[in-house]
Amino acid sequence: MKLQLEIVTPEKKAFSGEVDSVVVPTVEGDLGILPGHTPVMTLLQPGHLQVINGEKKDYLAIGSGFAEIAAHKVVVLTDAALSEDQIDEVSVEAAIERAQKALQEKVSPEEEAALKAGIQKSLAQLHLKRRKHQP
Amino acid sequence: MPSTRDIRRRIKSVKSTSLITKAMQMVAASKMSKAQEQAMQGRPFALQLEKMLKDIGANALEVEHPLWKNKGLNDRPCVLLISTDKGLCGGLNANLFREVNALPKETAFVTIGRRGKQFLARSKRNLLADFELGEKVMFTEVKKVSEYLTDLFLKGEITSLNVVYSQFVNTLVQKPSSEPLLPLADLSITDAGLLGVANSKNKEAAEEAPAPAGDVAISNIDAGFIYEPSEEAVESKLFPTYVNFQVYHMLLEARASEHSARMVAMKNATDNAKQLIKDLTLEYNKVRQSSITNEILEIAAAQMASN
Repeated sequence: MKLQLEIVTPEKKAFSGEVDSVVVPTVEGDLGILPGHTPVMTLLQPGHLQVINGEKKDYLAIGSGFAEIAAHKVVVLTDAALSEDQIDEVSVEAAIERAQKALQEKVSPEEEAALKAGIQKSLAQLHLKRRKHQP
Repeated sequence: MPSTRDIRRRIKSVKSTSLITKAMQMVAASKMSKAQEQAMQGRPFALQLEKMLKDIGANALEVEHPLWKNKGLNDRPCVLLISTDKGLCGGLNANLFREVNALPKETAFVTIGRRGKQFLARSKRNLLADFELGEKVMFTEVKKVSEYLTDLFLKGEITSLNVVYSQFVNTLVQKPSSEPLLPLADLSITDAGLLGVANSKNKEAAEEAPAPAGDVAISNIDAGFIYEPSEEAVESKLFPTYVNFQVYHMLLEARASEHSARMVAMKNATDNAKQLIKDLTLEYNKVRQSSITNEILEIAAAQMASN
């Protein structure tokens, strides 16, 4: 029995299909999910989501969001899900710089939190782009 | 009988009107495709969020979050009315307002869009606040509206919130609809019966797992969620996100409906103008022909007389 994985962002359905297992970055650390998992509702933080299918491992950089895990179904709701070749290194770096500059100025606590979350998301994308995956 | 000059003048004016409606049709068509795309893209996310919420409602023994249910205050319903800023979009707004007219008198209103505001002022309804968002729908802008509404609800100034908006079905069909948003417990009304049973029975049963077979609520216990890091943390993040995104999504749908309705209305206007030009041209030719015939008759008669 395989896992039915759905990754949905406000822009599109980023992934939909059957996988062997998946590792999601929750606020309490990475969580590996195999078929038959206990139902869990969890918060996600920006990081790498690993999709494992046999020998093949795919990585997606995701933003913060939620995951609903049932025995044979995982639904991931996040504000962004990008694969390695969808990430534009230059524009991500520019986004980080912009956000950091904005942080220097006076901002309300809410804006600060939003900016920091944005930086974390961008860093996760950069990290994924730069790291060399072992096959 | 109108003179040829009058008819010519009318043809000219109809022609220039048709040019304008044609241009508006083109503009609406291009905006429509963008708006439709945006609205359709957001749908899976909105549906999944709603499903998650319903799952929480169906599985939790008790949801403590303040957005979940009202505090049992006097009934003070509120409606968020999403209308358009501009007219010339057929019956779109009129259909929405018919929906509003059916609401009880004491309902409070918050509006997005100028048309809705004007309508409520005309019909002397209780308007709490009005927002005008620009042409482009920005999530941060919409968030201000939904946070204002959430705030009203948390303060107890309103006890329920419905959203009245034009749901986008396809280019030709937009359905005026009213959807409950707050309190969130209302969403899972279909599950409420089951939830009620689950609440009373499961409180004890949940402690000593598993419940006896044949219990209606057995699936509820089995599917009871583990929350990470905690139920409160997940709910306090998920619920506001849901409200914000839902309002945003409904606004996107309303925008897609607006541009579709406007394009169709303008297309009809252009077609009507074309038909009118055709009819007028026919009449013009008839009048011209009869005046020529008259002239010939006169000349012939004069010639006969002179012979």
